[in-house]
Amino acid sequence: MAAVSSAPATMGAGGGADGSGPGSGTAPMLVFDQVSLAFDDKVILREVSFTLSEGHTKVFLGASGAGKSTILKLILGLLKPDGGEIWVRGSRVDTMREVEMMAVRTHLGMVFQEGALFDSLTVSENVGFKLYEEGRLSMRDVRSRVEEVLGFVGLGDFIDRMPSELSGGQRRRVAIARAMAAKPPILLYDEPTTGLDPITATTIDDEIIKLRDLENITSVLVTHQLRDAFYVSDYEAVHGSEGVEFRRASDQKMNEAEFIMLKDGRVHFEGNSRELRATRDAYISTFLS
Amino acid sequence: MLIRIIKNMLQEVQEYMHLCGSAIRCTFSRPFYSRDFVEQLDSIGMGSLTVVVLTGFFTGAVLGLQSGMTLDQFGARPFVGRLISASMIKELGPVLTGLMLAGRVGSGIAAEIGSMVVTDQVSALRALGTDPIRKLVVPRILAGTLMAPVLTVIADVVGILGGWLIAVYQLRVASSLYWKSVIEGLYIQDAWMGLLKPFVLGFVIVSIGCYVGLRTKGGTQGVGRATTNAVVASSVMVIAMDFFVTRLLFSLIY
Repeated sequence: MAAVSSAPATMGAGGGADGSGPGSGTAPMLVFDQVSLAFDDKVILREVSFTLSEGHTKVFLGASGAGKSTILKLILGLLKPDGGEIWVRGSRVDTMREVEMMAVRTHLGMVFQEGALFDSLTVSENVGFKLYEEGRLSMRDVRSRVEEVLGFVGLGDFIDRMPSELSGGQRRRVAIARAMAAKPPILLYDEPTTGLDPITATTIDDEIIKLRDLENITSVLVTHQLRDAFYVSDYEAVHGSEGVEFRRASDQKMNEAEFIMLKDGRVHFEGNSRELRATRDAYISTFLS
Repeated sequence: MLIRIIKNMLQEVQEYMHLCGSAIRCTFSRPFYSRDFVEQLDSIGMGSLTVVVLTGFFTGAVLGLQSGMTLDQFGARPFVGRLISASMIKELGPVLTGLMLAGRVGSGIAAEIGSMVVTDQVSALRALGTDPIRKLVVPRILAGTLMAPVLTVIADVVGILGGWLIAVYQLRVASSLYWKSVIEGLYIQDAWMGLLKPFVLGFVIVSIGCYVGLRTKGGTQGVGRATTNAVVASSVMVIAMDFFVTRLLFSLIY
């Protein structure tokens, strides 16, 4: 069993854009320290470092093949790095065996690119999959939790449908419901809005914001959709008189959404949305235009 | 180039053996997915019944026709039952059932698991804290290993019945003579061989299907490739393993 100890005191080059990390008083949920990965001769990540604090959002931008989704797979332990250290809630995961990773994965929820719903299971069985597997709750309690999270993403009426009966946007929302059903403190989103129309994409962004602001979930968002990235960073969700309301984010909330742009496997930019918009870097300007 | 090919082949064999080892280990530890196991028993057993019955029947029938003509040359037509039962139980039943399972079950498993791999469902399983080997591989391997002998026995019985139809209505051999010959031609060692072989073949077919499925890469094209590879590899392995198991059993039980 790998040692479950506190995260390293030095967080590498990529300390949080808002200064979170060591000394900020907020415990890091996620730490990448000089992480490198290559497949044969192709280098995917070169000494990538960053820290993510509780309740914050880390947005990874970059061209296709820049290594964005690889970072999520490394966090989940689906891939192992060639070098560096990865820490999830104080546990070093890059040296863990598959069987040990299962415990760490209880802290993580993942929304895959196309939803990755299990075709042979109903929406209810998909969403409650982890809860059924864990066996800690009774069938009635699992059903109740499934209804609750499906209600949260606005799909309460679709509970007994099969995934094949859902639209693309509905599938992504069911995937979000599945990822959040077991109440993980960290949610990972792999291109959750790719291939969706702008209106449907906004409903997905709203779910990400709601989970972050109302459930205090730490988020890692991988996308190449700048519109969605800025929307998630620039808006916040609050409980209003008529239910959940979305409004312009406060300065503090905007600073809690940290952007990292990857280029050729390296961290090319790290900062908040204002700094990203203000940069004069030629590559980023091309990306933003 | 040649060294690289050999290296790749050895690596494939190593990874296949690793998968088999993990599956065997997981069989004897918790959690065990009994619902998936029962589903696979039904899918592999009941689902393959029709094709196995048809294959067994026509194999027995054609064996009766062919051997009847040959035996006639020696005036040994009444012994057709002995030839059919020995051939079906020792060799044709296990091998033909194995080939049918390779075509139907091996390809199905490779396609199903392969599709799950390329649509990230297997990654989703792992992300949700479920071991794909326990959930997907173990129930299939166990069900395949247990159902292959059952299906083989059914194929043997139906094949001998097919031979009986030909013997009685085509070759004009008395029914009682046929059945007497069937029983006389069988030894307990033959029955053991006919029962032990399908266990091995069932394991090989399903484990190859699972292995190839889990190694699928490259979208829907990859799933097609995986399906073809699973059928080719498991069919060849059925023939090869039949030889090795026969050789082993000859030295052990005869």
